[in-house]
Amino acid sequence: MQNLLVADKVSKNYGDFRALNQLSIEVPKQSIFGILGPNGAGKTTFIRIVNQITMPDEGKILLDGEPLQPEHIQYIGYLPEERGLYKSMKVGEQVLYLAQLKGLSKKEATKRLKYWFERLEIGDWWNKKIQELSKGMAQKIQFIVTVLHQPKLLIFDEPFSGFDPVNANLIRDEILKLREDGATILFSTHRMESVEELCDYMALIHKSNKLLDGKVSSIKKKFKSNTYQVGVEVENEEYFLQQAKEKFNIEPTFFHSIHQDLQVNIQIAEQYSQNDLLAFLMNHGRINHFVEVVPSVNDIFIKTIQSHA
Amino acid sequence: MRNLKLIIIREYLARVRNKTFMIMTFLSPIIMVGMVVLIAYLSSLNSDENKIVAIYDESETFFSEFSSDEDISYFDFSDMPLEAAIDSVDKKDYYGLLFFPNSTDNQYLAKHTEFFANKAPGISFINQIENKISSVLTEKELQRRGVDLNAINQAKTEVNLQIENFSGEETSKLSNYVKMFFGGAAGYLLMMFIIIYGNMVMRSVIEEKTNRIIEIIISSVKPIQLMIGKILGTSFAGITQFAIWIVFGSILLFVVTGIFGVDISSSTPVPATQLDAGSQDEIRKLLTDIVHLPLAKIIGCFLIYFIGGYFLYSSVYAAIGAAVDSETDTQQFMFPIIIPLMLGIYVGFFSVIDNPHGMVSTIFSYIPLTSPVVMLMRIPFGVAWWEILLSILILVLSIFALVWIAAKIYRVGILMYGKKPSYKELYRWLKY
Repeated sequence: MQNLLVADKVSKNYGDFRALNQLSIEVPKQSIFGILGPNGAGKTTFIRIVNQITMPDEGKILLDGEPLQPEHIQYIGYLPEERGLYKSMKVGEQVLYLAQLKGLSKKEATKRLKYWFERLEIGDWWNKKIQELSKGMAQKIQFIVTVLHQPKLLIFDEPFSGFDPVNANLIRDEILKLREDGATILFSTHRMESVEELCDYMALIHKSNKLLDGKVSSIKKKFKSNTYQVGVEVENEEYFLQQAKEKFNIEPTFFHSIHQDLQVNIQIAEQYSQNDLLAFLMNHGRINHFVEVVPSVNDIFIKTIQSHA
Repeated sequence: MRNLKLIIIREYLARVRNKTFMIMTFLSPIIMVGMVVLIAYLSSLNSDENKIVAIYDESETFFSEFSSDEDISYFDFSDMPLEAAIDSVDKKDYYGLLFFPNSTDNQYLAKHTEFFANKAPGISFINQIENKISSVLTEKELQRRGVDLNAINQAKTEVNLQIENFSGEETSKLSNYVKMFFGGAAGYLLMMFIIIYGNMVMRSVIEEKTNRIIEIIISSVKPIQLMIGKILGTSFAGITQFAIWIVFGSILLFVVTGIFGVDISSSTPVPATQLDAGSQDEIRKLLTDIVHLPLAKIIGCFLIYFIGGYFLYSSVYAAIGAAVDSETDTQQFMFPIIIPLMLGIYVGFFSVIDNPHGMVSTIFSYIPLTSPVVMLMRIPFGVAWWEILLSILILVLSIFALVWIAAKIYRVGILMYGKKPSYKELYRWLKY
């Protein structure tokens, strides 16, 4: 079984509004899967369906090969976008309560909680009430609540929003560590740079429909435009540009360089390879800089949504 | 089931550990006992006070009729001019001055007798004086017309109707009051419990919503589980509070009466020893009446309707809590709760007491939203078993229906933010 989570043509309506339309995705085991989409695209609806908070109208969800059922909640850890805890409840008691709801025994939960408290160096918080903690401290507790029952599938809805940079880094490192330990991570966000940084796979949802999905690297490959960022030192810039424009598409660009060179983006057509471009450049001057322009997830996101508008 | 238990325990502890709850639980009996003691003390003070009334009797026939007793002392001021008498009464800070004009015409006296006082006298005092004058004048008038007073006194016949039920047991005339008291107290208590603890359920739902913890919880448990756990946990907290009130309150009452020596029974109008034989008979009958009330039935039904009514209403409270974002938005949805409760109480106090088995009472004791209150008030008057069972059956079915509807609204509502829902919107949620 390669995929931990499979959604098969899942749809959800709220009254006349179709929140999710025939969404199918496959989340491989031990991967980090990013669900992207603008606000209101249907990300949270999908995540709530996986968490069995709402039921899909059509389609089915498989977790580890089995149709989703109530017992599965213990295998899922969920950090919702709207976070919160009981303000007047003590930290230790609260985490134990939530962990027991996820099926842990009180004894086991206590043991694990002590481990996390030591690890995050927050041992003296046990008897504090949430309302006495700062926001950043409460966020740490929230994270512990999500992972304490060692779920196979971790779902983070906008994990970095609302976290301060220190905590965001902490969470990112913990997410990577959890993946190493065998967990599969699904996260939803509209912040592209976090996808760039963390995700192996992604799916793009827009207006209730999936527009594209797959491995991040293959998607990028598909979206690359055969463009190279080039820095060359040439004797006659005008002559060079004139020659280049006959064969390639040229646009000015900028990057930091220690040389006094000509900086351009060169897009090559189908019939040429990058070696042809290199040969051309070598003939005309000294090459200081030669990099393929890889589309950022942000570019792909905007491009895809615009092409569907 | 395991989760339900966890939720009930958490909700119970959350209620019970709440500071307001603790203060209410321990302060209320103190306040209640304090009030009883205060009232008993004040009324004993009040009855000790002796009013001094001056009588200015120009006709010289009345003063002899007014004999001082422990409440009022009378002094004759007729031997000085009226102004001087009034002045002297004012200076001596007497209660007032009763003035009888010089006349032998009883009708004239009846209209022109006056009472001078600095402060307006109490109604009971006025009644007392008026009755006195009235009886003196009536006697005088009867004598004037040549009627033999002795004959009238001998001819007076006191009637004391003996009331028996069909099985031949004598019942007290006070019986209906006893039944009213038991039924009314049960109905009123039920309403208070529903409002206080229903509100607690609602506030707790709103708290979870505004804290945004709700989504974490319902990713672990079903919303209906959370709702039912909340209702049950809160009801256990309520039972705890009642139990503490009863135990703590009675201990306190016992201790306080011991310490202050305030005899609380003295505030009842007539001490038992002074009752004549007839009244003692009444009391005996009254006690028989209380014993003969269907007490087991009342207590059993009280518990059933208590739990049933609380469940019915608190599920509505939970749904309201889920539908709104803050407590200030709840007002518009309070009508469906307050109206039937008030209706139940009004029907109970006006219709049931007047005619316990009449059409209005009977119908309202079947309607589930009012039946807990109205039926509880009817039961002391004797209601057939089949009627009670039918009413309970309707109640139980309605609980299932209402909990189901409430759970649907609850399920959608807890995840909705920033909307002020209308009734129409709530109706749409039922179909999600």
